[in-house]
Amino acid sequence: MLRLEKRPSPSRGWTIATPVLAVVLTMIAGGLMFAALGKNPVEAIRIIFWDPLFNMQFASYARPQILVKAGPLILIAIGLSLGFRAGVWNIGAEGQYIMGALAGAAFGLAFYPSESPLIFPGMIIAGALAGWAWAMIPAILKTRFRTNEILVSLLLVYVAEKLLASAATGLLRNPEGRGFPGSRQLNRIESMNNPELIANTGMHWGVVVAFIAVIMAYVLLNKHLLGYQIKLAGQAPRAARFAGVKPNRLIMLCLGTSGALAGLAGLFEVTGPAGQISIDFNVGYGFTAIIVAFLGRLHPVGILLAGLLMALTYIGGELAQLMLQIPAPAIQAFQGMLLFFLLAVDVLTNYRIRIKTEGVA
Amino acid sequence: MFGIDPITLIVALITVSTPVLLAAIGELVVEKTGVLNLGVEGMMITGAVMGFVVAVDTGSPTLGFLAGMASGAALALIFGLLTQLLLSNQVATGLALTLFGLGLSALLGVGYPGQTPPVVNDPFPDALAGLPVIGPILFGHSLVIYLSVLLVAAVWYVLGQTRAGLIIRAVGENHDAAHALGYKVIRIRLMAILFGGACAGLGGAFLSVVRVQNWVEGMTAGAGWIALALVVFASWKPWRALLGAYLFGGVTALQLRLQAAGVEVPVEILAMSPYVVTIIVLVIMSSDRSRAALNAPAALGRVFHATG
Repeated sequence: MLRLEKRPSPSRGWTIATPVLAVVLTMIAGGLMFAALGKNPVEAIRIIFWDPLFNMQFASYARPQILVKAGPLILIAIGLSLGFRAGVWNIGAEGQYIMGALAGAAFGLAFYPSESPLIFPGMIIAGALAGWAWAMIPAILKTRFRTNEILVSLLLVYVAEKLLASAATGLLRNPEGRGFPGSRQLNRIESMNNPELIANTGMHWGVVVAFIAVIMAYVLLNKHLLGYQIKLAGQAPRAARFAGVKPNRLIMLCLGTSGALAGLAGLFEVTGPAGQISIDFNVGYGFTAIIVAFLGRLHPVGILLAGLLMALTYIGGELAQLMLQIPAPAIQAFQGMLLFFLLAVDVLTNYRIRIKTEGVA
Repeated sequence: MFGIDPITLIVALITVSTPVLLAAIGELVVEKTGVLNLGVEGMMITGAVMGFVVAVDTGSPTLGFLAGMASGAALALIFGLLTQLLLSNQVATGLALTLFGLGLSALLGVGYPGQTPPVVNDPFPDALAGLPVIGPILFGHSLVIYLSVLLVAAVWYVLGQTRAGLIIRAVGENHDAAHALGYKVIRIRLMAILFGGACAGLGGAFLSVVRVQNWVEGMTAGAGWIALALVVFASWKPWRALLGAYLFGGVTALQLRLQAAGVEVPVEILAMSPYVVTIIVLVIMSSDRSRAALNAPAALGRVFHATG
């Protein structure tokens, strides 16, 4: 019989190998899923993981899209990873993302049609602040009343979605839009546009900020006392308290940071790729970022790679939809499967498998 | 007030509450064994789609409900295997279950939105349901609603009054002690997880087949998360879960009626009220230090790894 034996410390080799193993297992299971849908599994996997990058027919469109989609995923996941490391579970990034986009757009549109160069920076600040404020609701309720931050942050996503619907059809609706829901096209207004910085790369300000966030998180976690406290609080909460870590301060900080980063991601999305506030401009990056954070082992560099991979599955999924008529939700199930496999094979990181012989204690 | 009939409101309240109640009572048992399954939303939505698909395809609502239960339990089994045998983090695994369930359900339901499910007959004769006032409130529902109340009673009885309940609670309070006493911690937890999944799946199937009578992607709209909040609200007590579910259902049913009546309040404000009320109630419950700390199962969310 097999028996698990706890490792004294997580295996370094398996820490790196398990995400790769999980991706391979997901490809196999995903292939089976595609086969069950009556599609050629090998072709489907090739279209999702290979064609967007290397098939010349699609690559010119698909390659830039990788950064466009990876930007928000990485930005949100970096913020979430800090909290997840400390045992603070912000799973409402989608709501903070929406609120950042709403507040940023509202700030910009309030000055319409001003051409001032200060408007875009102001929108960025408004977006970050709104995301931060939305995340501070669960943070304050957690620290003041010990209310579960998982449930509050998640429930606030639904509240944010209703506010979005209200804004898109009311307050922020384009007055020249003939009554259709949705705001003005922010990416067509010079002072509010988040442009592609280098042609045909997909690089926009959100991607730049995401890369900066990766570097900052890396420095924070490896060189700074605060990063050490975050790691300690997650691994040994009691020891952390004796070491002078203030749990409430950490909760505020982790939730606030992840909220601000999610708000930024929303602002950059709505001024760039999405282009306007509309009822459904949010496509679930806030939730997919949870998968990205875990797949990247809550490590900044890992998250960078995981974000790029997850962006690839988005684009490959769209391509598979186009080429093989694979239904769009299949890719969402595929991404969920990836997290399952990752969590399953993670047992190898923390435990050794021993074969137990009968009669030996 | 606003032309709302209190009797239809109460009837609507009971119907609206039942999916959440079913999911909550299942999760309550799971948490009593010390396991936190955040995948309720994923199991519910999968139950909703499978229940709907099977009910439409076979024409039998009963088979639909069974399919909903089976699919909820199947998803719960993945969670159980990962958290109990492969010792994964319960929070992360529960989230994975929800994300996977949302994707899977959308995939399974392609082509089904707008189809009409078979009509579910009420168990009581029209003569009883036609009685004034108490008729529609007591006798005008589908069987699943009566089942949900019976389930609450059964869970209350088993948890509080039987030896099995004592073992379940022991496992949830201190799995190491329960293990030392010879109880099969993992087996008991797996069974509770399967039960929770079946309940959530049934709740989902009820939602799509009876309440909405349609399949819409993402139709549970956070009901699974509200069920999780209800367990906290109920301080892990079955009858309070019933109370909480009906309270939540009351808010939801009332805001829907107010929307229909065209009250001078923005629709979005009304639509967000169930979530806001849930958060407020959560805050009130958790701010009472003694109550929250006393009733939460002590081993909730902790990984059990038998070393002996």
